[in-house]
Amino acid sequence: MVPLSFAGRDFIATREGALFCTDSRALIVADLHLEKASWYARMGQLLPPYDSLATLDRIEQLADRLDAAALWCLGDNFHDVGGPARLPAGARARLERLGRRLDLHWIVGNHDPQLTETFGGSAHEEAWLGGIALRHIARRGARGAELSGHFHPKLRLSVRGHRVARPCFVRAGDRIVLPAFGSLTGGMAAFDPAIADALGPIEAAMIVVSGRLLTFPNAPAALSRPHAMAQCAGRST
Amino acid sequence: MSENSSLPQRFTDWFATRGWRLRDHQAAMLAAGRAGEHALLVAATGAGKTLAGFLPSLVDLAEAPAKGLHTLYISPLKALAVDVQRNLLTPIAEIGLDIRVEARSGDTPADRKARQKSNPPHILNTTPESLSLLLSHPDSLTLFAGLRTVVVDEIHAFADGKRGDLLSLSLARLQRIAPHLRRVGLSATIADPDLYRAWLAPDGDIDAVRLVAGDPGAEPEIDILLPTAEDGVVRVPWSGHSGSYAAEPVMRLIEANRTTLVFCNTRSLAELTFQELWKHNDQALPIGVHHGSLAREARRKVEAAMARGDLRALVATASLDLGVDWGAVDLVVQMGAPKGSSRLLQRIGRANHRLDEASRALVVPGNRFEYLEARAALDAVEAGERDPDQFHPGSLDVLAQHIMACACAAPFSEAALLDEVRGAMPYSGLTAEEFGRVLGFIRDGGYALKAYDRFRRLAPDGTAPDGSPMWRVSHPRFVTQHRMNAGIIVDAPLLTVRFNNGRQLGTVEEFFASTLSLGDTFFFSGLSLEVVGIKDTDLIVKATSRPARIPTYVGARMALTTNLAGRVREFLCDRDQWPRFPDDVREWLEAQDRRSVLPQPGQLLVETFPRDGSHYMVAYPFEGWNAHQSLGMLVTRRMETQGLQPLGFQASDYALVCHSIVPVTDPASLFSADILADEFVDWVEGSALLKRAFREVAVIGGLVERHHPGRRKSGKQVTFSTDLIYDVLRKYEPDHLLLKAAWADARRRLTDVGRLGDLLDRAADTMLHVTLDRVSPLAVPALIMIGRESVAQGAADDALFEEAETIAQEAMAQS
Repeated sequence: MVPLSFAGRDFIATREGALFCTDSRALIVADLHLEKASWYARMGQLLPPYDSLATLDRIEQLADRLDAAALWCLGDNFHDVGGPARLPAGARARLERLGRRLDLHWIVGNHDPQLTETFGGSAHEEAWLGGIALRHIARRGARGAELSGHFHPKLRLSVRGHRVARPCFVRAGDRIVLPAFGSLTGGMAAFDPAIADALGPIEAAMIVVSGRLLTFPNAPAALSRPHAMAQCAGRST
Repeated sequence: MSENSSLPQRFTDWFATRGWRLRDHQAAMLAAGRAGEHALLVAATGAGKTLAGFLPSLVDLAEAPAKGLHTLYISPLKALAVDVQRNLLTPIAEIGLDIRVEARSGDTPADRKARQKSNPPHILNTTPESLSLLLSHPDSLTLFAGLRTVVVDEIHAFADGKRGDLLSLSLARLQRIAPHLRRVGLSATIADPDLYRAWLAPDGDIDAVRLVAGDPGAEPEIDILLPTAEDGVVRVPWSGHSGSYAAEPVMRLIEANRTTLVFCNTRSLAELTFQELWKHNDQALPIGVHHGSLAREARRKVEAAMARGDLRALVATASLDLGVDWGAVDLVVQMGAPKGSSRLLQRIGRANHRLDEASRALVVPGNRFEYLEARAALDAVEAGERDPDQFHPGSLDVLAQHIMACACAAPFSEAALLDEVRGAMPYSGLTAEEFGRVLGFIRDGGYALKAYDRFRRLAPDGTAPDGSPMWRVSHPRFVTQHRMNAGIIVDAPLLTVRFNNGRQLGTVEEFFASTLSLGDTFFFSGLSLEVVGIKDTDLIVKATSRPARIPTYVGARMALTTNLAGRVREFLCDRDQWPRFPDDVREWLEAQDRRSVLPQPGQLLVETFPRDGSHYMVAYPFEGWNAHQSLGMLVTRRMETQGLQPLGFQASDYALVCHSIVPVTDPASLFSADILADEFVDWVEGSALLKRAFREVAVIGGLVERHHPGRRKSGKQVTFSTDLIYDVLRKYEPDHLLLKAAWADARRRLTDVGRLGDLLDRAADTMLHVTLDRVSPLAVPALIMIGRESVAQGAADDALFEEAETIAQEAMAQS
């Protein structure tokens, strides 16, 4: 958990990839993709039916630790429109409990354009939180502060022959893309042109490690060189 | 003699025109065939083993022509199936038999596959995977109903692995479809034929399988090539594996022979050796390289050139180990240590397929330990000693795949299938409870949380006459899904190496590619290549004249076998042997005796000494690379706990080297048996090992679909990683079947926990700790090793990110 100043407000960035707005006590997460496993199960791949539970457990722990008053989920909350109907009883109870204790807000995403249930919260196409726009996908060319998800940014590095990868925040000016929070979500390279295309020139990827916010600047060449970070690491050893 | 006379006249005449006579083992196989007995033939390469395997079928078909599939031939390699077909067609044509032979593999066109089912050949050559797929079709019940014989070739090469498990299950199924089916196994020479008889036999009944031994053939002529300096003095290198000193003399031997096979233990060594040989190839002789990372087309091309006799030498790895017949090879060179006497013999068997002439081979040790190992291997070969094999209980992920295949073919009775499965030796000890769990896994994922009742792949289908529940596949799409994804070989994620113009050179593991940067050079497919980009799953390269870095590949390694390790230990303390060794090897051992200790075979020598400002501990367990690697991980963890501040370790087949800031004074506390109980589980669960194993069982077991060639990842990930599934499953259902299967694999193959356990059990009683003021002679080869591991555990990823950030910030600040 690291303080992060953004759009003139104080936030806390967490290791799990959530943001917490300290004055509104709002916890913000992106791309939960609840019931992703059962979506695959429907297609014949019987993945462990615990992904929603795992995701909600982590949210609950964070909400406890930060004493959150509100929870904002930035879209692709469920892996598909049928997701809420498939929630196992345990995960459903967990979600309803969150809805009772928190001010729960769902931004809809491309995976769940209609939210059939809100679990005691409310659904929005987009929303504003103290002057900051909350969206599922960063709006191209938009001005002003914005938090969004959708891209599942992930930082992949090769350091001394060891490969490490972790979901990361991506920042361009006063706009941030959050990493995917869901337990079964994959990732896209942090400096992928697709993200820059929506967000504008990316300044840095950020992760929280050992109580520090590590910032990885986007080398200009990185857009065309997918392993530019590896080169940085390689040269010094 | 009476067995001999049973060969029909036409066959006798054909043998005569060839200048052959029926060999004893061929006659014995024929007799077993006539008696309807199962048989295992154990014979050296070049003994006419394949013909001996087929002869009973050919004779039977000649005497009593019949329609329909008569004989199924299974080999571990597609290429071998094709090669055998070619060899089989010659006698069939020359004897004038009306017998149709066809091959079937993943590459066989769909129309031919369909025809093979409607109008089957007499003999079908195929692989374990293709057989399993055939068995998933409903018409397999009629196709195999009249099957008389199944011949399993190269049985020694795969019976004890997962492909062996799959084939064993398929054999049990075939036996159920065709109760009079006769099983025939063909094997190279093995230490314990009874193990293979049991594997081959229905219900493990050894006595049902006749053992036939081939002619022993002439003793091979094996020498050790030693480097000789200009002054005529032999100098065995201190360290390394490459034996690169030998490039020039080996090249001269290639020039002097017709065709030479050069075997290397790793792909990177094969690339390096090829490069070194080429430097000395003054006459520009055609030589090639062949290993598992090369593109299939590239391998086929090399194999074809070899078959035509166009190549004077081929540098190869284990990908060429199996018995494809190249005919004219007259010299085999083994670069680096042979690792086992059976392996050495099988490789040597590739030279000179005429049984009565000695095969010629040369071993090129890369360092002094490897010299001792080479010497030990030669002695073992001379003594007729083979490497012991170990069979393990069958893998549950393979069983899941097999049960799904059976379900795809027809509804099945639970009790009858369990009974059938237990007839396969690897599964003879399977409990009803385990079977039930595998069945549950296939049905709905087998989770404690019953979330997937609606998505069941198996549906109840009434009750069998025996009162047992019947099951059927609930939707045809699961049948298609099974057939698209079945298979036992799960590759590490790969990148295709190609030029900008699209020409493909082969594949490298993603792990290796991730260590490359733009402009880096590496040696691959016999070319020096420069990385110009990475695009999707392609590594784009261009040829370069700049010197190359050598590619490194990950993967479990061949470990030194216990019998060679035993012989090397004997060498160390048996001074009577030393006069046989080159002067510098003998002097090395004498120096060790003076400066430290030469351990007795039962002793575990541990040396500690300071060097370069840190402290070293070198242990000599001789238990092979895999066990030492695991031990290194565990011991350094314990050193960490004891506050010794370990810096890293190096494992080799012989020794384990750990270095630390604080000296080790009580090694016995590090090597105690409780390390397996305490640290082992923590370590394996936290390491990439279990995730790697989980990936394999998840794919084989059918939990996740594998990537298909042609279906590429786009920029956005289209599938989830099995690592994420592993994390969720481990947290919420740690007893799940697939986690158990992954653990079994991790214990058996990745960590060699069996040998590790043996080592730790005897460590306390046999440890001999010597404190030295500097490095000992014996430690030198172990100390200068490739493959060092730095200690990176626990929060290691975090440290790497922090390191990378610092570097990245620095780099950015300068620009």
